[in-house]
Amino acid sequence: MKRGPAVLTGVHFINGDVACAEGALAAGCRFFAGYPITPATEIAERMAERLPEVGGTFIQMEDEIASISAVLGASWAGVKAMTATSGPGFSLMMENLGFGYMTETPCVIVNVQRGGPSTGLPTLVGQGDMMQARWGSHGDYETIALAPSSAQEMFDLTIAAFNLSEKYRLPVLIMSDAVIGHITERVIIPPEEEIPIVNRKRFTGPRETYLPYLPEDDLVPPMVAAGEGYRVYITGLTHDERGYPSTSPDAQERLVRRLAEKVRRNARDIIRLEERGMEDADVVLVAYGISARVAYRAMELARAAGRRVGWLRLITVWPFPEERLRELAARVRAFIVPELNLGQIAREVERCAAGRALTIPVLRPGGAVHDPREILAAIEEASHV
Amino acid sequence: MSVEPTVHTPSRAVRRPRGRVFLLTERCKGCRFCVEFCPRHVLAMSDRFNSKGYHVPAVIAEELCTDCKMCELLCPEFAIYVVRLEEER
Amino acid sequence: MSEERHPLDHLLRADRLPHIWCPGCGIGIAMRCLVLALEELRIPLDRTVVVSGIGCSARVAGYVRLDGFHTTHGRAIPFATGLKLANPDLTVIVFSGDGDLAAIGGNHLIHAARRNVDLTVICVNNFIYGMTGGQSGPTTPLAARSTTTPYGNFEPPFNLPALVAASGAVYVARWTVFHVRRLITALQEAITKRGFSFVEILSPCPTGYLRRNKLGDALDMMRVFKTQSEIRHGAPPAEVGIELGKKLILGKFVDLERPTYHERMRKQLAAFFIEPYVEKVSEEVEAEEVES
Ligand SMILES: Cc1ncc(C[n+]2csc(CCOP(=O)(O)OP(=O)(O)O)c2C)c(N)n1
Ligand code: SF4
Ligand code: SF4
Ligand code: SF4
Ligand SMILES: [Mg+2]
Repeated sequence: MKRGPAVLTGVHFINGDVACAEGALAAGCRFFAGYPITPATEIAERMAERLPEVGGTFIQMEDEIASISAVLGASWAGVKAMTATSGPGFSLMMENLGFGYMTETPCVIVNVQRGGPSTGLPTLVGQGDMMQARWGSHGDYETIALAPSSAQEMFDLTIAAFNLSEKYRLPVLIMSDAVIGHITERVIIPPEEEIPIVNRKRFTGPRETYLPYLPEDDLVPPMVAAGEGYRVYITGLTHDERGYPSTSPDAQERLVRRLAEKVRRNARDIIRLEERGMEDADVVLVAYGISARVAYRAMELARAAGRRVGWLRLITVWPFPEERLRELAARVRAFIVPELNLGQIAREVERCAAGRALTIPVLRPGGAVHDPREILAAIEEASHV
Repeated sequence: MSVEPTVHTPSRAVRRPRGRVFLLTERCKGCRFCVEFCPRHVLAMSDRFNSKGYHVPAVIAEELCTDCKMCELLCPEFAIYVVRLEEER
Repeated sequence: MSEERHPLDHLLRADRLPHIWCPGCGIGIAMRCLVLALEELRIPLDRTVVVSGIGCSARVAGYVRLDGFHTTHGRAIPFATGLKLANPDLTVIVFSGDGDLAAIGGNHLIHAARRNVDLTVICVNNFIYGMTGGQSGPTTPLAARSTTTPYGNFEPPFNLPALVAASGAVYVARWTVFHVRRLITALQEAITKRGFSFVEILSPCPTGYLRRNKLGDALDMMRVFKTQSEIRHGAPPAEVGIELGKKLILGKFVDLERPTYHERMRKQLAAFFIEPYVEKVSEEVEAEEVES
């Protein structure tokens, strides 16, 4: 066997997990550390097979804490790195995820969500980790989380996640779900030269002048890798521009604000949405992942019945598209939020609506996707208020 | 560095290395390891304190120092080091 | 006499000195032995990385003038594994405390030894959780007092050399911060050894351990290290457990050859791939390839 291509250009019939792995390879990921867990295991299995073909490294670690730690270490060796898991493993990763934000370490973490809490429903779908993605690690920080709705998007958004993580120097989360991870669909992998790749800003100036945490105008500091001679000191403690620990409230203020601001200020660049029927909508379905596909069907049924329903799909869930939701809240009657949890993103929608539009959650705790008629019923309800 | 030896040993036949001891007293935390484990009793605790209030040692018999570097190796603070002088005849 | 600089300052972040460790704490000595070992080895320091977890001992990563990663509690070894696997040209040294490496990070310790990843793990064993104020840990001797064993510890401690040797470490040694020259040699051997090497360094924690156990001050502990140690190279690791009031067994307990993680990986993959693994495999593997 010869060395295989990193980008499998062509039309494939593969599941979302496999597409995610292929997206990672196409994005330049050359390190994967993971621990088996349903329904994310196929990502690790595909990476185990494919990474050696492209000269990368796969390692199955002893647990998910080790997995994310190894991914962070690999990223500091200058290599694009990823891990993939589901709820229980995602919980184990939380502390080191925070280390990734604090030390501004680019990497990608995939959560193929299943029903929780605890061991929950290992093989069945859920979307109950959306708020954990936002707030799961202790302390204040901003994150970027993308929610794919198809096998194709498992490929596309994995590339986008790597690009965002490299651009803004932070761990980027792919919040998929069991249906999208396992759905087998047509996936088109474009020619390598058509795939846009972003690489982290590198510092190449003189060693004496390098300050590892001195940001540029975009609030992102250029990075170096271990072994390049810059002799960096990287710590999860609050640190100054030199990377040295500091216990001053001023250093805390500057660092923690910047870590949040680099995401907030660039929200327009980060946020991606897909919309349908917004021109005349007086009721808007807000959904993501598999629920967005079910919601789309509900919109079709409602429109056929003469209802003016719009559909807003969150491709980027975090940072939350507050601006767009506020705009819409000013002119629509209600938001309907179907999701496979007891109301996580619905709270965000409600917060943005701020009483100007009604928010109607349509909730299931996971185990099965919605029946479009449940959403249709909510549309009816909204049309009569 | 050339520093004149101040004491001569009685035996002219034996060559023995000699050292000069440098103390960075502001780094010292007064643990006394250097004093205790110097095989030649070159050091002793002084009656002085550094600006952080730590009781610091002093060199009391540098002429006895053989540059064995035990004091330097055992100092947790990087507060003491020894430089070899020209060998005495 | 006073001089501004110490001859080892170029290997330290001297602008951060004096360090945070208490008077009499042995971690500073352990750190000096590490930088002296590195200086004498003449390996490329630009490619030498120190990774630590959390604790007093773990602060070493921020005082040595090398690439230093001060990671999270217990996770130095998997972070180091990621660094080493992603860039095998790095010399990766883990420097951390007994609680960090053997309690919260204990699972990573045994798995890295099992894999025989080419890492050097340096463990400062001060018998206690120093940084958090003297709680018992996996190395606290039986009957010892700590803030969480106010009536005396009744959990038997780990014998760390036996633990890592059983897990597959190819080099295992134990010294104290009194035995500086032997410690420097051991660190050099460990760093140059291919595979997972482990050096345990016994060290006084006057603040968190000695005082509470009426064992005197750090100087008294150094005297114990000097007078109550027995050097037994090659001692079976199972026999070197530490008990209060008994001789401390020191020495090099394990020094053997076993294929490293990378060697096994390359050999295994070479059967499947012409590129990119062949140019990296050892001659021995290539010879086998030709025969088959
Ligand atoms: C996840 C987590 N739990 C607990 C702590 C608190 N903590 C900091 S250091 C430490 C113990 C360190 O002990 P050891 O590794 O022996 O290092 P020493 O301070 O003795 O050198 C603990 C429990 C932490 N930082 N993170
Ligand atoms: S070098 Fe040796 S003899 Fe000289 S002061 Fe230090 S410990 Fe004493
Ligand atoms: S060993 Fe160092 S810190 Fe301790 S007393 Fe001597 S000079 Fe001071
Ligand atoms: S608490 Fe113990 S281990 Fe920590 S610095 Fe003080 S003496 Fe050293
Ligand atoms: Mg300890």
